[in-house]
Order: sequence, then C-alpha cells, then structure tokens
Amino acid sequence: MRASLVALLLLAGAAMAQSDPAMDKRVAALAVELRCLVCQNQTLADSNAALAVDLRNQIREQLEKGASEQDVIDFMVARYGDFVLYKPPFKASTLALWLGPFVLLALGVWALLRQIARRRVPSPELSAAERDRAARLLE
Amino acid sequence: MIPELGQLALSVALVVALVQGILPLAGAARGDAAWMGVARPAAHAQALLIAFAFGCLVQSFVVNDFSVQNVAMNSNSALPLHFRVAASWGSHEGSLLLWCLMLGGWMSAVALFSAHLPESMTARVLGVLGLVSAGFLAFLLFTSNPFDRLFPVPADGRDLNPLLQDAGMVIHPPMLYMGYVGFSVAYAFAVAALLSGRLDAAWARWSRPWTTVAWVFLTLGIALGSGWAYYELGWGGWWFWDPVENASFLPWLVGTALIHSLAVTEKRGAFRSWTVLLAIVAFALSLLGTFLVRSGVLTSVHAFAVDPARGVFILALFVGAIGSALVLYAWRTSRIGLGGGFEPVSRESLLLANNVLLVTAAGAVLLGTLYPLALDAFTGGKISVGPQYFEIVFVPIMAPALFLMGVGPLARWKRASLPELAVLLRWALGVSLAAGLLLPFAFGQWHALVGLGLALAVWIVATALLSLRKRLRQTRAHYGMVLAHIGVAVFVVGVTLVNGYESEQDAKMVPGDSVTLDGYAFRLDSVRPVNGPNYRAAQAMFTVTRDGAPVTVMRPERRSYPVQDQTMTEAAIKPGLTGDLYVSLGDPLEGGAWLVKVQIKPFIDWIWGGCVLMAIGGLLAASDRRYRQPMPARREQAAEAAA
Amino acid sequence: MKTGWVVAAFAALVVLLGVGLTLNPREVPSPLVGKAAPGFELPLLHAPEKTFSQKDMLGKAWVLNVWASWCPPCLVEHPVVTALAQSGLAPVVGLNYKDRREDALPWLKKHGDPYRFSVQDAAGRIGIDYGVYGVPETYVIDRRGTIRYKHIGPLTPEVSRGKLQPLLQELSREG
Repeated sequence: MRASLVALLLLAGAAMAQSDPAMDKRVAALAVELRCLVCQNQTLADSNAALAVDLRNQIREQLEKGASEQDVIDFMVARYGDFVLYKPPFKASTLALWLGPFVLLALGVWALLRQIARRRVPSPELSAAERDRAARLLE
Repeated sequence: MIPELGQLALSVALVVALVQGILPLAGAARGDAAWMGVARPAAHAQALLIAFAFGCLVQSFVVNDFSVQNVAMNSNSALPLHFRVAASWGSHEGSLLLWCLMLGGWMSAVALFSAHLPESMTARVLGVLGLVSAGFLAFLLFTSNPFDRLFPVPADGRDLNPLLQDAGMVIHPPMLYMGYVGFSVAYAFAVAALLSGRLDAAWARWSRPWTTVAWVFLTLGIALGSGWAYYELGWGGWWFWDPVENASFLPWLVGTALIHSLAVTEKRGAFRSWTVLLAIVAFALSLLGTFLVRSGVLTSVHAFAVDPARGVFILALFVGAIGSALVLYAWRTSRIGLGGGFEPVSRESLLLANNVLLVTAAGAVLLGTLYPLALDAFTGGKISVGPQYFEIVFVPIMAPALFLMGVGPLARWKRASLPELAVLLRWALGVSLAAGLLLPFAFGQWHALVGLGLALAVWIVATALLSLRKRLRQTRAHYGMVLAHIGVAVFVVGVTLVNGYESEQDAKMVPGDSVTLDGYAFRLDSVRPVNGPNYRAAQAMFTVTRDGAPVTVMRPERRSYPVQDQTMTEAAIKPGLTGDLYVSLGDPLEGGAWLVKVQIKPFIDWIWGGCVLMAIGGLLAASDRRYRQPMPARREQAAEAAA
Repeated sequence: MKTGWVVAAFAALVVLLGVGLTLNPREVPSPLVGKAAPGFELPLLHAPEKTFSQKDMLGKAWVLNVWASWCPPCLVEHPVVTALAQSGLAPVVGLNYKDRREDALPWLKKHGDPYRFSVQDAAGRIGIDYGVYGVPETYVIDRRGTIRYKHIGPLTPEVSRGKLQPLLQELSREG
C-alpha cells in the first residue's frame, strides 16, 4: 500500500512539475550528465528505459525536496558507482585520463621545437678565401 | 542457388587476392615484369567477383529469401524495397561484405589510374592491397559468412532495426567505408614506398590524390552519420563522442595530418618517414575502428552483435597488417636523412605544428575512448567517459590549430619573414578580434567561447581570401585548399552558435495548446493515426508562427514497428540557413495529452554545410592536373638531392 | 628512438585490446559491497498488511534475490535459486521488483516459490537504493547487515556452487 502511495505521489509530482520550467531545466541538466545503465551508451535524458524514467523521477523528487545538484550526483554514485557519471571524476584512478592530453600536448610541443632546431638552415658562412673569390667573380 | 554462387565468388576472390598479394610483390623485388603484370588484372578480377557476390546478397534481400540467415535476421517482407537493399549492409556480415566491395572498387581504381606510376610501384601498391583484401575475405568467409543458410526456413524475417530504416542508412555506411577503406590505399602506398626503399617527393606526389580522396569520403561519411543521428534519433544531438563515432573521427584527424604532411614531402622532400608513419597509423585507426564496432569490447549504440571470437580475428588482422608495416618502417627509415631544412618561421614549421596538434588531438580522443577499457583491465573499476570530457580536452588542443590555419598558407616555404607576415595579417587579425567581440551580441548573450569560435572562423576566412589575392599562380590545388579551409570556418561557426544559443522546451500538450520558444509559437493542432508500410504511427500537426505570421507546419511522428516491437520518434525538422526548428513527439499521457520537446537550433546546418565544403575543396585539390602528370625529371633530381 | 616508442605503444595497445576481449563492458560492479545494506520496510507479497525490514535479518547471513514475473532470465535462474534455498545454508528472500501482485503470485505458484518469503517493491525505489539496474540480481548480506557480494544477471550453478555457497558457509562461521 505504501509503495503505491509513493508511486501516486511521484506521478502527481511529475504532473505538477510540468508547469515548472526552471525545475525541468535542472532535471534535464542533471539527466544529460548521468548514464543510463541498461542502455547502450545513452544519457538518462535520452533514454526511455524504465530505469531511466525511474531515475529521472528520483532526480526531480530530490531536487524538489531541496537537494543540491551535487547531492543528487552523490546519491547516484553511492548506488551505481562512478560508471553513472559521464564526466569522469578527478581522482587517483583518472589522473592519467585528465592529465594525459595535456602531457601529450607538452610532449608534442617539445618534439616540435626539437625538430625545428634540428632542421634549421645554417646561415652560410664564407671563409676569407671564398669571400675573395666571390668578390672577383662579381666584378 | 544464388547465395551459393555468391559464396563461391567470394572464395575465388580470396584466391585471386592471395595471388594478387604474392606475385606482384615478389615480382617487384625480383624485377619480374610478368609477375608484376598480374597485379592489374587480378585487381579488376577481384573487384568483379566481390561485386558479383554483393549482388547475390542484395538479390536475396530483394526477393525476400528467408532461407538465407542474414536476410531472415535483418529484413522483412513488409520492408520497402530500398530498405531491403540497405538491409544487406545492416548487419555485421553484410557490412563486412560492403567493406570488401569498397576495397575491390579502390583496387580497381588504382589499377586504372596508375598509368603514370612506375610499374614496380603499382605492383607493390596493388600487392599490399591484395593481401589486405585477402585478410578481410578470409575473415568474411571463415567467421562471418553472409550467405549462411537457415533451416527450417522462417515464414518471415526479423525486420531491420527501425532506427536504420532511413535514407541515412542507404548512404552513410557506403560513404564512410569508402573513407575507411580508402586509407588502406594510403597505407599501401606507404608500405610500397618502404618496400622499394624509395621514400621521396615523387612517392608523395603519387600518393597525395588518393589520400585526399579517401579523406573526402571519410569527411562526408562522418558528416552523414552526424546529420542522420540528428534527425533520426529525435533528441536533437549531432555528436555524442560515442566510441564508434570516435572510431571514425580518429582516422579523420590523423588523415588530415597526413594530407598536410604529404604537402611538405611533395614540395620539399621533408618529413618523409613521418608521412609514411602517419599513413600507417591512419589505416591502423581504421582497423581499430572496425575492431571496436564488432568485438564487443566497448559499449555503443552503434555496435553490431557482439562476438569476442570475431574480435580475435580482427585483432589478428590488425597485428598482421600494422605490425609488419611498423617492422618494415623501423628497418627502412633508420638510415633516412632529414630532407630539406627550414627556418623556425616557415610553412614547413607551421605544417609541422599542424601535425603535432592534430596528432595530439587524436591521442586525446583515443585516450578518452579506451580509458574505460584500460581501467577495467587493470583495476576492474568502471567509469564512463562522455562528451563533457572530450569537449574539455579537444577544444584547447584544436583552437591553436585553427589559428595556425590562417598563417600557414601565407608563409613561404623554407624561410618566411615574420615582419612580412605580420603586415599581411594585421587587418585580418583586427577583423577577427572585432568579430569575436561584437558578433555574439547579434545572437544573444556574449559568451567567451562563442567569441573565440567566431573570431577563429572569421580569421580563417579572412586569411584564406588573403591567400587568394596574394598568389600569382592560382591552381586547382590552391582553390581546393582555400575552399576546404573555408569549410572548416563554416563548420566552426555552426558548432559555436549551436552550442552557444540553442534552446529547448519540454511540455505536456493537448490539441489546442501552444508553446513559445525564442519568439516562435508552436501550436499543436491535432494528433491522428497514420500507417506506414511496416509501422503504425501517431502523427501530430503543429502550426508554427512568428509574431502572428505563419512560418510552417510540422508533423512529428511517434512510430511503432510491430515486428521488432520497437517504438521510435520521428522528429519534424524545419531546416533554415540561420537555424532549424525541431519538434519531437514523446510519450502519450492520459487525457489525450502528449509529451512534446521543442527545440531551436541556430545555424546547425552550417555544421554539415562546412563538411560538404571541405569535401568539395578536397576533391578540387585532388583533381589538380599535376597529379596526373609524371614529375619533371629536374625537380625529381632536386628533391632527391635534398635527401 | 622514435620507432621504438611507436612499436612499444602498438604492442601495449594490442595487449589491452586482447585483454578487453575477455571483459564485459556492460557489467557494472556495485559500490555497495562492503557497505551496510540500505534500509527498507516493505510489505510482504503474500500478506501485504505485514511488513519486513532488512533489520529483521540481523544476526544471520541471508540472500536477497531480486526478481520479477516479467523477467525471462529470472525463470532461467529459478532452479538455481531453488537449489540454493534448499541447501539450507541461508534464507533466501525475494525482492519482487516493479511487479504487480496479480502477476507475481501466479508466477510463484506456477514455477514454485523458493523464497522464505518475498517483499514487494512495486515502484522500484528500494531497487534504486540497492543499485539494481537489471533483473535478476542477487545479494549476499552478512549477520551484521553488510552486503558482502552482489551477482548481476541470472545465477548459474557454477556461481552458486563456486561463490555463493562457500561464502555463505564462511559467513555462518563468522562471529
């Protein structure tokens, strides 16, 4: 009985919330950042899977109760792990991921500067004898 | 009968491929003209045999021969004809046959258009392609036979995935595969150069048009995929950085670096070994893409039916083709000299910078795509890497490349004068900065990223036009480059303005309700049932007005495909030069109401328009007359002397 | 110099891809293993006027099996669940997930009821708290109420014999 009461409240909540565009935006903003676990790589916003609908309603419910965006994210991660986040968290296990591209860029720039230095056309230095010869030829 | 003939044709093609692979390569090494002469006829024979096999498969689909397993799994008698044809490449087996067909086509083209190449070069290129083809045909025949029969014969088929029942399906895979497979030609040229020991400007000149055309097809293929996702999936997105999307983008990034590197090798005989390495890597990324889509190693909406056993075969192909090329590379390039020198400010150094940035960007995308796999392999942990990550790492790496695009074409080869460049560029810089600072206000709020994007786009166009004015001799190649660069600018404008100013609204509507967004009013007039050949739909009619004046009528649908029991939404789009109106019908609610999503996408068609411009530019450049002429002896000697 | 790096990178990539072929990218391990089982109080399937809370099971190890009448793999694992329940190692409690009583009860009647009892999570809220994303899923919870193991997907005889039963034996020996 309690369960069906909760379900009714959810539906009512959803119906009522339809007229609140600001809340819709907040729910949508969170839903695009979270992954639908039963889909083949889709966000909670784009998926029609039952679990995705449930989780979107969860998000709405929590935001309406006053939770912050971070609270909702923590809620999801506590239950489903980091997998549910499309933006990988910055932690020890993702250090290589976040720093990698910039390390690659630094390496690339270093390689670029080295190549340019190696291929520099040396400015021609004439010896005294060559200079005389050039002068005579130019007369 | 016909499927068996198709299978027979493939088996014969495999034999021909092996012959084409072995004899010409051996012949080139031995200087045996007869053996080298096998290459061209073998290539044509292969192309014909594979085309015949492909025709057999298509025929089975067209006549609804459900005794063929592939037809039963992917088609249905209610499926319209053009989709039955497209369904022949809608599965793993069928699309692999399409790949082989494309390869046959490319081989035939190389055989036809290589009159100006030395015979040994042609023999080697076709020989390498023959081996690649043999690998794929073996994969097809031994693990993924599209002609397998099914007993007992089902009464009807399982139907094509509704998402694939679309014009995009007819054109996107063929175009994309033309690109993927085209890079095997660039790879073949590279390996042929390594085998002959002759890595010079002449080789670059021969290889360049082929590589550019492959790049053109890949550009179009990716653009078509993106456009198709936009209007087919119903949520208005056009790029998700999904692993399979990245799999096509990676060879594109490296391919772009390659066509620029080839320019340096052709003109100045420099970067020879680097260019060869890029060609190998570009094809490696094509193969990697194939692996990722078909092995089940990464999760993606695009992935075919998952089969790790097939993954092993593709991995073996990957190791064979790329491993052997890399060994050859290590051996042959260890003693190669540097080629022409150049100053720190010169076109060469700017093109090298272009390469560094593009390859770094590719590395970043590869890292993001494979990281979840690596983490799982090492620690068992699972993470997701989505668009938020890619956007953060990709944009800072590419933005400088976009800036350099303006400077490169104006810089001289070998030694460019910085003061001269500064004088040339200062008004372009001024115009770009002004555009970046002022233009965003025309569209809405000022955002830094929008300013940056617009400034870079204007910069690219301004400098491209400058290069037209400055040059004495206007060749097709130059026009092509200018057009392609302008295409990039147009693309950047599209991406910048859509990301900066798109808007959307979700609403629960009954007929009579109206939703306003950005000055446009969308009134739901009616929802009525409509039946398609193999689906039932609810079609809504929206009248769109702006300031009271009628703009258009839009009819989004929500379709139910009974055979696969799938529901999908077919968005209604009103395209426009300055933006699209986008309406999609969601779930039906109680009381005759419907969930509706309305979106406005400013300048989104500039994204694909820019890609089309890039492609036309590439074709223009590749058709330059100098690629069809043998290189003048004097320049060839000079280029070799510089080595 | 350069070629060595390229070849090394290539080799590393191939090894990674090879290993990748043995992994399953769709399986998401639970962060709840090692943490306290989330609290709930749900009506019993057979007697909805009565409720059950996970606290009621403190003091002994038990198995929570998430199932539904609309779920075909649940039917596939049914014999394994039944065998596990019959082994007597631990009580098996069913969590009837997003189902209707009118469908769940006949399903149990038709196929047999292996559970000590089932509780009804019609809205799926408790499922979310437990990180359920697919059905069936099975949790092993120890006497202190900590989740010790989660199995995603249908149970197989191998998993039951190789992982669940040894774990349950160990838990019953634990203080």
